[in-house]
Amino acid sequence: MADYPTKLADLPKEERSVSSGHRLCTGCAAGTIARLVGKAVPDKPLMWVNATCCLEVATTIYPFAAWHVPWIHCAFENAAATASGVRSGLDMLMKKGRIPQRDIEVIAIGGDGGTYDIGIQAISGAIERGHDFVYICYDNEAYMNTGIQRSGATMHAAWTTTSPAGEAIPGKQEFKKPLLRIVAAHGLEYCATASCSYPLDFVRKVKRAVDVKGPAFVHIIQPCLRGWRFGTEMSFQVARLAVESRFFPLYEVYWGHKFVLNYPNPILTKVDVEDYLKLQGRLRHLFKPERKQEILDVIQAHVDKEWDKLLELAEFSERSATY
Amino acid sequence: MAKAKVLGMMGDFAVAEAAKLCNPDVIAAYPITPQTIIVERLAEFVADGELDCDYICVESEHSAMSACFGASAAGARVYTATASQGLALMIEIVYITASARFPVVMTIANRALSGPINIHCDHSDAMLARDSGWIQLFAEDCQEAYDSTIQAFRIAEDKQVSLPVINCLDGFVLSHSIEPVEILEPTEEETLDGFLPIRDPLYKLDVDAPIAQGLLALPEFYMEIKRGQQEAHLRSLDVIKEVIQDFGDRWGRYWPVVEPYQMDDAEVAVVTIGSSTGTGRAAIDELRAEGKKVGLVKLRCFRPFPVKDIQAALKNAGAVGVCDRAVSFGSTGPAYADTAGAMVGRSGPLIKNFIIGLGGKDITIDTFRAMYDNLYADLAKGEVEEPVEWIGIRGE
Amino acid sequence: MTIQDEYRKKGWKDLPPGGIVDRPATARDYKTGTWRAFRPIRNKDKKICQNPEACLVCWILCPDAAIIRVEPNELEIDLDYCKGCGVCALECPLKAIEMEQE
Repeated sequence: MADYPTKLADLPKEERSVSSGHRLCTGCAAGTIARLVGKAVPDKPLMWVNATCCLEVATTIYPFAAWHVPWIHCAFENAAATASGVRSGLDMLMKKGRIPQRDIEVIAIGGDGGTYDIGIQAISGAIERGHDFVYICYDNEAYMNTGIQRSGATMHAAWTTTSPAGEAIPGKQEFKKPLLRIVAAHGLEYCATASCSYPLDFVRKVKRAVDVKGPAFVHIIQPCLRGWRFGTEMSFQVARLAVESRFFPLYEVYWGHKFVLNYPNPILTKVDVEDYLKLQGRLRHLFKPERKQEILDVIQAHVDKEWDKLLELAEFSERSATY
Repeated sequence: MAKAKVLGMMGDFAVAEAAKLCNPDVIAAYPITPQTIIVERLAEFVADGELDCDYICVESEHSAMSACFGASAAGARVYTATASQGLALMIEIVYITASARFPVVMTIANRALSGPINIHCDHSDAMLARDSGWIQLFAEDCQEAYDSTIQAFRIAEDKQVSLPVINCLDGFVLSHSIEPVEILEPTEEETLDGFLPIRDPLYKLDVDAPIAQGLLALPEFYMEIKRGQQEAHLRSLDVIKEVIQDFGDRWGRYWPVVEPYQMDDAEVAVVTIGSSTGTGRAAIDELRAEGKKVGLVKLRCFRPFPVKDIQAALKNAGAVGVCDRAVSFGSTGPAYADTAGAMVGRSGPLIKNFIIGLGGKDITIDTFRAMYDNLYADLAKGEVEEPVEWIGIRGE
Repeated sequence: MTIQDEYRKKGWKDLPPGGIVDRPATARDYKTGTWRAFRPIRNKDKKICQNPEACLVCWILCPDAAIIRVEPNELEIDLDYCKGCGVCALECPLKAIEMEQE
């Protein structure tokens, strides 16, 4: 069994991926997520393929590049395809002896937009072809980089600029696209959900993903203080509630069919999803000027249904999420 | 000097043979008529162990160029091919690849852009990449398509250039026509007897020397970066000519960027791109026998546009018609625009634009006769009445 | 001189090819500490946090890597980059960090 860090002090001190000086919003957890990826694989060199997204734009305003690793950005929807090429190129050059043999990890990262919607073709193709790389989707439930437009990942009833909470239509009508199940349906060896509020769990999952000889996928929820409308200090508090309320449970899928639930433990008393929703300004219209109980009920029912579905599929692992 | 043997083969086959010879490390391609034979043939080479390369069967052309971009960034030699709608789908990444200075080589088997959907030859697809920053060469016959593919890798990977190259061959007319092709069998296969050294990247993704590619450049820097890209592109013309010379010295075939045919005393002339050049030569031979002083200028290198070479080739003609197998709706054909731009302000020929052969409309000796008659009429009048004329369609 | 100053001085001919930046972490020249409206003060009146390595929550969650682990077992807040988001103050289990107006 691989060695996973069990406490934060086990993580390397130095920054290996993103550096200070980036221009992500004050308090944006995407910065934390990028730092964690670098700390998850301290023993192997990384190459970083970034889709167009907040992380990409905010970290690379020419000539300021906030990256310690070789970093490449091509376009919005093709991080997985670009990563396929990087992987291929590296492997062929090593095979032909043009560059030294090394265990270089290719990490592709994109937001929910670049992965779920415009990027779904590229990720599906790359997984189907079996390239050895890790794809990390950091999901803030909208096209945040372009100003909070709705994506397939946006939750039901959320306000976004293209699904505004109006007089006639109170926010996005559709439900969150079940991305991890779509990815898992490809039958890949490993994919998992994670949350920025559970850093060691995320690190473990990135490490596990990197160890796979083939494609692996980690889907991490990243509450966005600008787009979800909450205070700059609250990203991790909101992310914790996303998980505890069972809105975004942490689980892993092996070979597309073995589901392992990490957190929350089903024994724990259920946290109402309302506790999660009421922290977020994008859902304010469900509470003010008057409470929209029907919509709250729909959201809770959906969360309950998805949770029950997951419990049917998953065994609960003792290796539950630690901090 | 490498030995040579002659085989009858389709243009697509010839291109695949040439690509194989150049030992690409990665091929990422998606099939589309009329390029399919290229990707199929290459897949056979790989499956038979004749070509040691990673052949990525991508799920779309957009991913094809993205994977080429990534592989080239890693330092690999990369090849791909497409046409028409495939090029249209990947065009976003085509521009980005040139801006990154990645020396990908791509064959386009020229096919008309939809709509309507049409699988036959015209140059509208290549013209989509006209402004992208890729070097563009057009082949007149299957031999040239073969030779151009080999030259393309050398041109692209030259560190003074480090730009991607498009090789065009006319869809079906060349891609699916069998012609005699002299293939090379170099003694030293890795570098083709020194003609094509192993790629030494201008820069690459390297864990020991991290770089960042694909930053956001605000107005303060974007234009300067693009000026640098333009400089590399303009500079490439000298390298292209050196490579043409070297190839010719080694293997006896010279393919100049601009090639005049019977232009010394030509009263009227056409400028042609691609396979129609061959038909033009045949038409000229017939017309010359009838005593008409007609000529032709073959434009082989479309990007960078060889301004000085075109000026020299056309300066003594009385009336010139630039033949475009594409049109920029609302304006003229693209080659005409570049040619007229090169000739503006100079005393020289009358210049007009012929739109010919769209969507595979056949270009015959009669087409050329019609164009030359048209040019003679303008010459007699001393002016161009109709600057753009569509030749060979009913009702015109 | 920041990398931006350096590049502003260059003409187009002297910029690296392909729009690349040819060395790592050049963004460190951009001091995001200027964004701050509030600054974190750790252990303000008394030493609440005495053993950072037992916890390190603030260090790991900081989006800007603006909390640095210093030998042997101490933490420093890097005011060059701290944007004053307040995550460290909210998440500290001991409430050892307070946010003070700049």
